[in-house]
Amino acid sequence: MPFINFSKDEIQCKIVYYGCGFCGKTTNLLYIYNKTIEDVRGKMVSIDTDGDRTIFFDFLSLNLGKIRGFDIRVQLYTVPGQVHYDATRKLVLKGVDGVVFVGDSLKTQREKNIESLINLAKNLAEKRLSIRTIPLVMQYNKRDLEAEGAEILPVEVMEKDLNSMLKAPYFTASALKGEGVFETLREISKLVVKDVSKKILLDGRGRSAGTGAI
Amino acid sequence: MDIIVSEEDIKRIDACLNKMLNKSAAVSAFLIDRSGQLISNCGNPSALDVSAFSALTAANFGATSEIAKLLGEEEFNLLFHKGQNENVYFSVVGENMIIVIVFDDRTTVGLVRLSINMIMDELLQILSPIYQKGE
Repeated sequence: MPFINFSKDEIQCKIVYYGCGFCGKTTNLLYIYNKTIEDVRGKMVSIDTDGDRTIFFDFLSLNLGKIRGFDIRVQLYTVPGQVHYDATRKLVLKGVDGVVFVGDSLKTQREKNIESLINLAKNLAEKRLSIRTIPLVMQYNKRDLEAEGAEILPVEVMEKDLNSMLKAPYFTASALKGEGVFETLREISKLVVKDVSKKILLDGRGRSAGTGAI
Repeated sequence: MDIIVSEEDIKRIDACLNKMLNKSAAVSAFLIDRSGQLISNCGNPSALDVSAFSALTAANFGATSEIAKLLGEEEFNLLFHKGQNENVYFSVVGENMIIVIVFDDRTTVGLVRLSINMIMDELLQILSPIYQKGE
């Protein structure tokens, strides 16, 4: 649910990083926070437990600059990945405009990735949103662990498991090292802004609501 | 659903919030969507990160709504947090919005509550068409 403010010529969008526990959602946001200048980002808010598990969500607000005269402000959220925090995940998904699904490349996490994707589809459906139509980007994280001797899933297997039907754009990543983090963010932002622009142009509300036009 | 707010809508919302602030002598007022988007804010929010504040407010409301459901209530429609210097009062506005007032010891929670009630109908009249258009 984008919020378009014609008084400030600003569009606010909500992007949620989804995935199973410990797949690296918070690490993505932390890397973005650490690598962006203060002028374009707000505070990073984390509600987690002592064991670094997100209990509610992480939040980071970013200003992406101007597109056709509108300031684009994205709000990045993560959800808690643990199965029993489903109620919290539903709360965070409220008003979502785009999703980054972070898949854990570790072989041991294969089933958990699939479970989490099914859970995402179910929770979106409850909000009358479809996983097939919402702007979605896949990120296959922790690719760097291969060099450390961990057994990781080949990208083709992850694509088959998670993306064979959805055909969403995907990126391999190592959020800890920053590889693929900004590429993922850029792609989902692009998809969300495109989606918002399309919706406004389609119903012509952009013109009737104010002076600006997307 | 998209929320599209025109310049005219924002002017009317700000006029409402300012009226409430003048009446109650509170520090600042925020109108926030339940998904965590800030619609407008008036008064003096000082060095507050308003985006983070809005996200946490929506989450706070979401979490307490779940507590209410556990107790068999549909929702808690107002919340109040008391601090040493500043206090925060939250109240639902219709189905989709939350109004948040930050105030200090120059006023009282009673007066804040009364002032919110005073502008509630007017706010709903402005906000309802915005949400109807978005559906």
